[in-house]
Amino acid sequence: MPVKVIIPTPLRAYAGKQESIELQAATVGEALNSLTTRFQELKKHLYADDGRLRSFVNVYVNDEDIRYLQKDETRLHEGDTVSIVPSIAGGARN
Amino acid sequence: MINPVLKIGDSLVGRIGAHGVDTYPHECCGALLGHDGDGSREVIDLLPLPNRRDDSPRNRFELTPDDVRLAEKTARRKGLELLGWYHSHPDAPARPSEFDREHAWPWYSYIIVSIANGRPRGIASWRLQDDRSAYVPEAIEVVDEVSRPEEPVRQGVHC
Repeated sequence: MPVKVIIPTPLRAYAGKQESIELQAATVGEALNSLTTRFQELKKHLYADDGRLRSFVNVYVNDEDIRYLQKDETRLHEGDTVSIVPSIAGGARN
Repeated sequence: MINPVLKIGDSLVGRIGAHGVDTYPHECCGALLGHDGDGSREVIDLLPLPNRRDDSPRNRFELTPDDVRLAEKTARRKGLELLGWYHSHPDAPARPSEFDREHAWPWYSYIIVSIANGRPRGIASWRLQDDRSAYVPEAIEVVDEVSRPEEPVRQGVHC
């Protein structure tokens, strides 16, 4: 079903400079897979080498964090908006 | 990456340093709001935010997705963009750590202020390379706001 994925400003350069992408997906996992297949340069900024979402990358369906839903298996409905929002972290010592 | 130069008013540099002094020996953090254009980027305002790391605030900082959304909303309300983030390194250089690199995205400007023995000792800005392999320095052009009287003058401590 058609859903919209909002691309955060820092990653728009890797998604054809678009603010949002319309795509067909039944789950969040499908949506992100479709997105990173279409825009392969996005993948390294969203996923770590082990294939999991980077720890600071958060995904929302409408306003709900998918960690509190069914994560990648979270079902999408027509018109849903998927948002990618980072946490910001860092610090002085490794 | 085109012309990585970040303009910022001297009073804003002072405010970043003052925030780092205020939270010393813990890390401070906040958002950089401003304009990004072709070949130029300028910080117009700051949004100081609380460090969410209670367990290791001397060498770590964290902002939640809600903090990020607040910063984006604040920037929009002011007609600005969320350009990046600042944080302090208490008793450590203003250079990004490996932990910083692992938790960064390109495009954002990451300002780090070094606070040594409770005093600002240096400030630098960094941007992550597209391939995530390293940070590159982003030159800071400190704007003398006395020469721009139309800009509101804010008080702060200079680095």
